[in-house]
Amino acid sequence: MLLRKLLDKLKPDFEKGGKLEKFYPAFNAFETFLFVPDHTTAPKGAHVRDAIDLKRTMVLVILSLIPCLLFGMWNVGYQHHLAFGISDTPIFDNFIFGAIKVLPIVVVSYISGLAVEFIFAIIRKHTINEGFLVSGMLIPLVMPVDVPLWMVAVSTVFAVIIGKEVFGGTGMNILNPALTARAFLFFAYPTKISGNEVWINISSEEGKQVVDAYSGATPLGDAAAGLADKIPGVWESFIGIIPGSIGETSALACLIGAAILLYTGIGSWRIMLSVFAGGYIMALIFNLFGLNTLMQISPVHHLVLGGFAFGAIFMATDPVSGAQTNTGKYIYGFLIGLFAILFRVFNPAYPEGMMLAILFMNVMAPLIDHYVVAANIKRRLKRSNLKQNA
Amino acid sequence: MSGCIKIKNGLNIQLTGEANKLLSDLPLPEVFAIKPSDFPGINPKILVKAGDEVLAGSILFFDKNNESIKFCSPVSGEIIEVIRAEKRKILEIKILADKKINYLELDKTNPDELGRDEIIQSLLVNGLWPLIRQRPFGIIAKPSETPKSIFISAFDTNPLAPDIDFIMQGKNNENFQTGLNALIKLTNGKVHLNIDGSKSSVSTFSNAKGVVINKFSGPHPAGNVGVQIHHIDPVNKGEVVWYVNPQDVLIIGKLFSEGKYDATRIIALTGSQVSNPKYYKTVIGCSVKSMLNDGGLKAGENRVISGNVLSGSQIKEDGFLGYYDSQITVIPEGHESEFMGWLAPGLDKFSMSRTFFSWLNSNKKYTLNTNLHGEERPFVVTGQYEKVFPMDIYPVQLLKSILIEDIEMMEQLGIYEVVEEDFALCEFVCTSKIKSQEIIKRGIDIIQKEMN
Repeated sequence: MLLRKLLDKLKPDFEKGGKLEKFYPAFNAFETFLFVPDHTTAPKGAHVRDAIDLKRTMVLVILSLIPCLLFGMWNVGYQHHLAFGISDTPIFDNFIFGAIKVLPIVVVSYISGLAVEFIFAIIRKHTINEGFLVSGMLIPLVMPVDVPLWMVAVSTVFAVIIGKEVFGGTGMNILNPALTARAFLFFAYPTKISGNEVWINISSEEGKQVVDAYSGATPLGDAAAGLADKIPGVWESFIGIIPGSIGETSALACLIGAAILLYTGIGSWRIMLSVFAGGYIMALIFNLFGLNTLMQISPVHHLVLGGFAFGAIFMATDPVSGAQTNTGKYIYGFLIGLFAILFRVFNPAYPEGMMLAILFMNVMAPLIDHYVVAANIKRRLKRSNLKQNA
Repeated sequence: MSGCIKIKNGLNIQLTGEANKLLSDLPLPEVFAIKPSDFPGINPKILVKAGDEVLAGSILFFDKNNESIKFCSPVSGEIIEVIRAEKRKILEIKILADKKINYLELDKTNPDELGRDEIIQSLLVNGLWPLIRQRPFGIIAKPSETPKSIFISAFDTNPLAPDIDFIMQGKNNENFQTGLNALIKLTNGKVHLNIDGSKSSVSTFSNAKGVVINKFSGPHPAGNVGVQIHHIDPVNKGEVVWYVNPQDVLIIGKLFSEGKYDATRIIALTGSQVSNPKYYKTVIGCSVKSMLNDGGLKAGENRVISGNVLSGSQIKEDGFLGYYDSQITVIPEGHESEFMGWLAPGLDKFSMSRTFFSWLNSNKKYTLNTNLHGEERPFVVTGQYEKVFPMDIYPVQLLKSILIEDIEMMEQLGIYEVVEEDFALCEFVCTSKIKSQEIIKRGIDIIQKEMN
């Protein structure tokens, strides 16, 4: 094969002693991207291995995000045209409009993130990990459509360096990198990721802001403002024809992704299930009080609004930043759901609590695991003490 | 007979190349070898040199760390070579076997009439002691200790594993019972004989007396003795459990009833690269060359493994059967690099996950090669090991405690209950291609060093 021959020809330059030795991680990344390497198992131990590797895993996660991406593109176009009072734009036109807005964000996220990854890999002489392939897709999906591209780049770079590389790269990080990017944006440039202006693109082709009176608030923004009649219905929210971050609005698209993740065995059903359970129960409790609009929203409605479903399925389940023990996963997920609704209801300035709930529980996850493992240790000690007393 | 213990977590790997239930009458090979590396932790002091004549049962070497533990020749013949590596470390003691095995004549005794110490002495002096191993650590049992119980796993669930019921068919049940009777004397507790709960076992096992017969069912590693010990009589800190392979119980039985060291073992030649996989009657330490010729190896670069594909050791095509093994597996090497392999639908790829479309055909048998299918990575995916690890132990946390060499943590997390083979499936399914068995070995070495 031509490509293989070319790689074999170039390889000596990048190997030890070659003139481009420094760039071996970069070469290695491309080579292993093109070809699953010819490495074989050790002479002792498991001689055969499962066909899965991290690349395959990450590719499938990206695949599961595609429905959200595609729906998000369409919705960006739809919301834009709706803002101008046109509700019968053909699907394709909406989609194209959205794609023109969304794809640059995706490209910027990947380029800026991968650049940082490559630089770090070369400086620190480690292989380039596949983790960013997913983060690079998640970041655009949790951005508002009107976010300036340079901010996408800055927050992505921040997320990769502070969220991941300072801890040692993929597998070592404490926080979910994609949410780190969003949190960075939220705290550094709050006007671009909150309020009522950013969720729908309302600039017309002529460059003037057409509809001054048009409110582009997310349903949760409306709810926080007490505008109960402006909240879209459960069904509408489930499909996702509402303003919000690019990829998060459609619970339906998220569920398609969840189906892929669960069926292939990549995503943790324990976490997904318990996040939804936690959210449902918290919303149910608030319903009992019903003091304001957000408290009155029904549990099911809460779960399909905003980034709840997206966070539960794609963010909370990140294996590195989440709880690692099976028992821990139930607790971790349940508390994410609980806190997400709690933050949503009690933080009117930023009614989207999912991001903060997940980041908070990312920090708490090792503690949960610690106690789960401690219980196992106790069980083992008890077993041996029983023996001695018997 | 107690109820059936169901193992839930695990994985059966369906491979092509299962041995046909045929026992070949191939004559014994010419060359045999005993490899000290089969016995982790020993320091051999050799007693023979090239040119010496030995009988089956003659002592070849002993362990300098524990001089009562002796190792004997499985066949009669001439020592042709003692192969050493750097620092004079002994790799193999090669024996050119006689056409007909001459046995060192030993006393015939009845273990029922012997005391515990006499049985131990008999096994030690005659060089059969290494057949008995212990948990923790999976090393040769210490004669000075008394185990709280003894385990025999009478079935093997590893990929392409030999059918022990088939091996035991037509064997002298009395010899097996004699072996059990000897073992019963060695422990204050019970001798557990663990059989496959999904089918009826041969009479050798089902009629065994004086032992507890436990049934196990479920996927691999249900047949691993470590899993069985964990579910019946787990090893706590300071406790010891001994275990013996079923065929070796027979060897112990013959020591007492026939007065000789008859190291006969029936083994399965398996694997996708064997044209005609079947069973062979041979002797511990045999050269595998003639069997491979008889079974017929397919063309291509092959890997010969003494043991199974999950925890065996690679040997050369003219290498020797491991001391504790009763299986030879031959699979293709996997040196090819695959274009965009991580993107391919993968109809012919085996995975526990459903990330390849091979899940469409769940009964398919696979031909797996030695390709790693990816590069080694840090731990990323979670929950994977737990799916194939049927013990109340946190496998990833235990591995991590070994990586940071935290001895106290290792103890607390269950290092005493596991050996390498218990992590074989974890290693197999690992997305990050982490060598868990190597890590466990390191952990065991660290703990043993600490204890001495």
